[in-house]
Amino acid sequence: MDARTPARHAEAVIEVRDLVVGFGDRVILNGLNLDVYRGEILGFVGTSGGGKSVLTRTILGLVRKRSGSVKVFGQELGTLNEKERSLMERRWGVLFQQGALFSSLTVKQNIQFPLREYLHMSQAMMDDVAFAKIAMVGLKSDVAEKMPSELSGGMIKRAALARSLALDPEILFLDEPTSGLDPIGAGDFDELIRTLQQTLGLTVFMVTHDLDSLHTVCDRIAALADGKVIAEGTIATMMAAKHPWLQAYFHGSRARAVFGAQG
Amino acid sequence: MISVRSQDGGLVVAGRGAWTAHFAGALEQEVDAALAAHARPATVEIDLAGVERMDTFGALLLERLRRTWQTSGVVPRVTGLAPKYAELVEEISRTGQEPPPPKRRTEELLERIGHTMVDVGKDAMALLNFVGATVAATWRMILRPKSFRFTSMVNQLDQVGFRAVPIIMLITFLIGAILAQQGLFYFRRFGAEIYVVDLVGVLVLRELGVLIVAIMIAGRSGSAYTAELGAMCMQEEVDALSVMGFDPVEVLVVPRILALIIALPLLTFIGSMSAIFGGLLAAWSYGGITPDVFIERLKYAIDLDQFEVGMYKAPFMAFVIGIVACLEGLRVGGSAESLGRHTTAAVVKAIFLVIVMDGLFAMFFASIDL
Ligand SMILES: Nc1ncnc2c1ncn2[C@@H]1O[C@H](COP(=O)(O)OP(=O)(O)OP(=O)(O)O)[C@@H](O)[C@H]1O
Ligand SMILES: [Mg+2]
Repeated sequence: MDARTPARHAEAVIEVRDLVVGFGDRVILNGLNLDVYRGEILGFVGTSGGGKSVLTRTILGLVRKRSGSVKVFGQELGTLNEKERSLMERRWGVLFQQGALFSSLTVKQNIQFPLREYLHMSQAMMDDVAFAKIAMVGLKSDVAEKMPSELSGGMIKRAALARSLALDPEILFLDEPTSGLDPIGAGDFDELIRTLQQTLGLTVFMVTHDLDSLHTVCDRIAALADGKVIAEGTIATMMAAKHPWLQAYFHGSRARAVFGAQG
Repeated sequence: MISVRSQDGGLVVAGRGAWTAHFAGALEQEVDAALAAHARPATVEIDLAGVERMDTFGALLLERLRRTWQTSGVVPRVTGLAPKYAELVEEISRTGQEPPPPKRRTEELLERIGHTMVDVGKDAMALLNFVGATVAATWRMILRPKSFRFTSMVNQLDQVGFRAVPIIMLITFLIGAILAQQGLFYFRRFGAEIYVVDLVGVLVLRELGVLIVAIMIAGRSGSAYTAELGAMCMQEEVDALSVMGFDPVEVLVVPRILALIIALPLLTFIGSMSAIFGGLLAAWSYGGITPDVFIERLKYAIDLDQFEVGMYKAPFMAFVIGIVACLEGLRVGGSAESLGRHTTAAVVKAIFLVIVMDGLFAMFFASIDL
């Protein structure tokens, strides 16, 4: 794990400070602080319904925050003008929990959608890119001409990942990427994320419940409970933490099966 | 971004700068130019020492250089590739080996006409089939009245009936007024202004009232039904109902159609009254026909038959609108586009069938002298 631990002083590409987010009179995130460093894979865990997706959406500017600050690449999203914002949006890729492929476009067109919008290149090049991304996420090339409604749940996940990688982003947001994949597929997926992260210097913010992913690819883990990050660090830190939820999570029977030796 | 030079009888392609997404368009052109200019060099060396950054776009173009020359029998030597990109380049050269799948075909004109014809036939069959399923579901419900979804129907009644009242009243009022105003204009030439009352009364009660209300409801509630059921289909909610042992027709369709069958006659009544009121006001202000004269003449001009003819038609039109809208909703496929297409189809077909039915009713009532 040492090789993958990022330098302590690495630059933070995402900086969240004292974030408060709520809906109506319910406060979901309450004074949350989090840093994500360049080139690391951060695993983000927490109870179901605890606000992991909400945090992701807040960082992406899809949910309004009540107070606090969220900086991506050192810039506060709210202060950017339209052009700067669009430049920023080219630098991140997002895999939504439900895939969110455009249902009226084929998989290939889905992947080419951001390319067509932002880059000027020939159709042949765009086809090359689409097929390369499709192969990279482990799909067969005949998927390219299929509509999203003709794909299985796992294939949708992969196709959506291919689309989020279309512009070779610097930050990749993944909301439960390996749920719905078979264990071998999930393993490949983890492998792929690691490859991409190493070759492209990608920073990955990954919401996950998959203990295998946490164990094999995540450099660092942050845990969310009661609207705050209650612990962050390596698996070892998590396992030593006293919070009852972390105790249950990292010392449950499934966790023991994965972390065996350390547990 | 690349420079090509000859060296010792071979070719050296030197890359420099950023081979990234942002510059991919320009780089592609240079790569293609190099490939076109040197189709069959003796040896090739691709020197990447000058490339500062590379992403999948750059790696793909490198792969294109390599593959094109390889197929013409020259194996290029790649040098100077920064080690951190080695894995990426390897990954990319692994991809794109499979042949691309055939494109989705678009249909030719003649083919489309043929398919449309077949579809019209299939549509008619599906409609009949669905009418059967609905009637059967209703029959089952009559046998087991407990299973009737009363709450759901009341909710629908509120949506399609009660909430439609203001807009129906407004539109029929305006149409009644316009009818009277235009009628006055012509009857005045013959000094027969009073006949405008007959015109408005008969036309509205017999034909226009029910027709306009039905068309409005087809647009307003028919589209809502299709969109609701369509969205449920897309989210697999309808499938969830079936696997839990419910009949989607019974749960979703019957309450909606019953609600329409109850609401449309009521709305027709309200709309007709509103249209006559509009006619009355227009006749008063344009033709000086006072309300008491108008009502006196109305009593004389129309009888209960006229009113009944209009009201009889309403439930049948409601049934057709409901059936078409629900059927289209349940046929929605997985995409947002399909939802839009079926909603449009539902409204167009419902309005078409309403007008066709009105014609059939006219023939029917004429033949029984009503
Ligand atoms: N648009 C919204 N309006 C109101 N409440 C919302 C909204 N979006 C999310 N919530 C609430 O915020 C809470 C956190 O939701 P979130 O989707 O972030 O959970 P999560 O941590 O991602 O859970 P999971 O692991 O199941 O995906 C939930 O209680 C949810 O009901
Ligand atoms: Mg979530």
